[in-house]
Amino acid sequence: MARKIRVLVGKAGLDGHDRGAKVVASAMRDAGFEVIYTGLHQTPEMIVQAAVQEDVDAVALSILSGAHMTLFPRVLELMREAGLKDVLLTGGGIIPREDMDALGKQGVGELFGPGTPTSAIIDYVRAWVAQHRSDAVAAPLRGATR
Amino acid sequence: MANARTETPAARKAGKPAAPPAAPKPAAAGPPGILFETLSGIPIAPLYTERDLPPDLDARAGKPGEFPYTRGLHAEMYRTRLWTMRQFAGFGTAEHTNQRFHYLLSQGMTGLSTAFDMPTLMGYDADHPMALGEVGREGVAISTLEDMEILFRGIPLDQVTTSMTINAPAIVLLAMYVAVAEKRGIGTEKLGGTIQADMLKEFIAQKEWICPPKPSVKICVDMIEWCAERMPKWNSISISGYHIREAGATAAQELAFTLADGIGYVEECVKRGMDVDVFAPRLSFFWDVHNDFFEEIAKFRAARKIWATVMRDRFHAKNPRSWQLRTHAQTAGVSLTAQQPLNNVARVAIQALAAVLGGTQSLHTNSMDETLALPTEEAATVALRTQQIIAYETGVVGTPDPLGGSYFVEALTAKIEDEAMRYIRRIDEMGGIVQAVERGYPQKEIAASAYHFQQQVERGERVIVGVNRFDADEEIPIPVLKIDPEIERRQVERVKAVRARRPSEPHALAMGALRDACMSQRNLVPYVLDAVRAEATLGEISDVFREAYGVYREPAVF
Repeated sequence: MARKIRVLVGKAGLDGHDRGAKVVASAMRDAGFEVIYTGLHQTPEMIVQAAVQEDVDAVALSILSGAHMTLFPRVLELMREAGLKDVLLTGGGIIPREDMDALGKQGVGELFGPGTPTSAIIDYVRAWVAQHRSDAVAAPLRGATR
Repeated sequence: MANARTETPAARKAGKPAAPPAAPKPAAAGPPGILFETLSGIPIAPLYTERDLPPDLDARAGKPGEFPYTRGLHAEMYRTRLWTMRQFAGFGTAEHTNQRFHYLLSQGMTGLSTAFDMPTLMGYDADHPMALGEVGREGVAISTLEDMEILFRGIPLDQVTTSMTINAPAIVLLAMYVAVAEKRGIGTEKLGGTIQADMLKEFIAQKEWICPPKPSVKICVDMIEWCAERMPKWNSISISGYHIREAGATAAQELAFTLADGIGYVEECVKRGMDVDVFAPRLSFFWDVHNDFFEEIAKFRAARKIWATVMRDRFHAKNPRSWQLRTHAQTAGVSLTAQQPLNNVARVAIQALAAVLGGTQSLHTNSMDETLALPTEEAATVALRTQQIIAYETGVVGTPDPLGGSYFVEALTAKIEDEAMRYIRRIDEMGGIVQAVERGYPQKEIAASAYHFQQQVERGERVIVGVNRFDADEEIPIPVLKIDPEIERRQVERVKAVRARRPSEPHALAMGALRDACMSQRNLVPYVLDAVRAEATLGEISDVFREAYGVYREPAVF
């Protein structure tokens, strides 16, 4: 039985910029994902706890506060401690390219900057899940994707 | 301290089933990527003639400097005084930002504008666990009176006007500013500037809060009341559309929700028994200025007209200064692209020109690199120069409201006014803006507009140069400002040192008095001022509010 891809869209830290997170969450929902949105001002602990409880395939963090070099590694560390080894950690925000590369080396998935089409994020998550979590079959493409 | 950070995660499933995206409204389209409708979705006709002018144009527009101020607040506008060039700046410690202030003033900037970091905006000291990794990154870190003294070192507070973009803990920063001036022998009557202190738009858009809406608005009204009596040159609030627009609102929604916020504050002040003509002249506004050139100009014009009419006819203000919507403007950060960042210089120039043609009193122009990081000094200088070019080279300052009487601009002004008034009536029907915000109404409208815009971009109906058209394979890197992680460690040490060295008795007394005052309906400003004088930190004072009023949690919906 095919099931939907489950993604936790999270806002970590004090950052209140939620436009991008909400747009991405809406686009993922319209692409057939099951989306859980954490709401604002979550600690890394809260986000990982939610990821465990919701049994998600991917965690997508939105960070526009400049705290990405602190928050991504912390969430990744807590995910590993919680045994979420086959769950994708991805995200986006105002993140310079070299920081994206550095986080990638630590094991964070692809990160997306301003101007990214939501379809690129959706395609990436879908491909990652298909490759790493073989029980998941995505719902057919529709909505905002190209 | 009671802060509710130990709650279970607010994570929840989206309560509704996946809805298909709204079918796009058919808009008249020209060449691919060009829509003949404004960013608010107002259709644009092939031709405008005198038949498109509102029949009551003379009454609607008036003359510059006359009710309803559609054509500008002053008879001669920029002929007598240019707008204030006020560049928003703040990063790292107080020392770093103080240096940037001195630099910008030396380059011809005419007013200061302070950006605070996320912990300060949320009422946390630099050493709070929630501040980890965020100190000094998005603005300057201010936890103590000592930080504030350093921030304004060497700045003549009785000569330069200062704007502070701070909301939930605004009362603390206002008190710190007054206390720094007091130490230098400068009275409150000499202080000119603006404190943003607009909590309604925080719940609607910017999402930086401490307490729930009602006590938050109460504290804003405390500041309006206190400043009205003691700070005749100070804007006690900056009722802001900027963040509403940046969060995804259309121009019409920005106009409507912001003016509805303004109406909400005036109602609260009047309920408290304040005379409208005592406080209203010190209310100020803050608009975003986006890419849609004529719609933006129409928005500035309609805003003044609606506000003047509301203040005179709904609140019975008699002082013409109560009718006048004075505004700051900032070019649209959200319109800037990370791709081909040099293109942003052109966007900013066009937006800034719209703000000037719209009759703004004050302007910030964004730097080209702001989608990548905080601006470098070079990028901030180009942004300031852009304003100077508009002021000194283009000739647009020669006559007020040069687009007044244009068939298109007058028709658009009337149209956007109608759209905004429709929203304002809807909000009135809900019982006012506080109730509308508690129901999440503006929040949902804004999120829907943001998603609609994103879909238009992804379908290629709206072109963003360098992003979905005319993109380049190779990115040309530009220099980006780096924030040294060492800053956080130094700031944490400083706040700890202040707590250790300050006299404990006056601190305890002032904090006790503040706690008691929070349990009453008394105006809190004098109590916060006493606490600040006793070197209470921003986080400690915010914790008193958390204990007294609780911590706000937004429902996680999208």
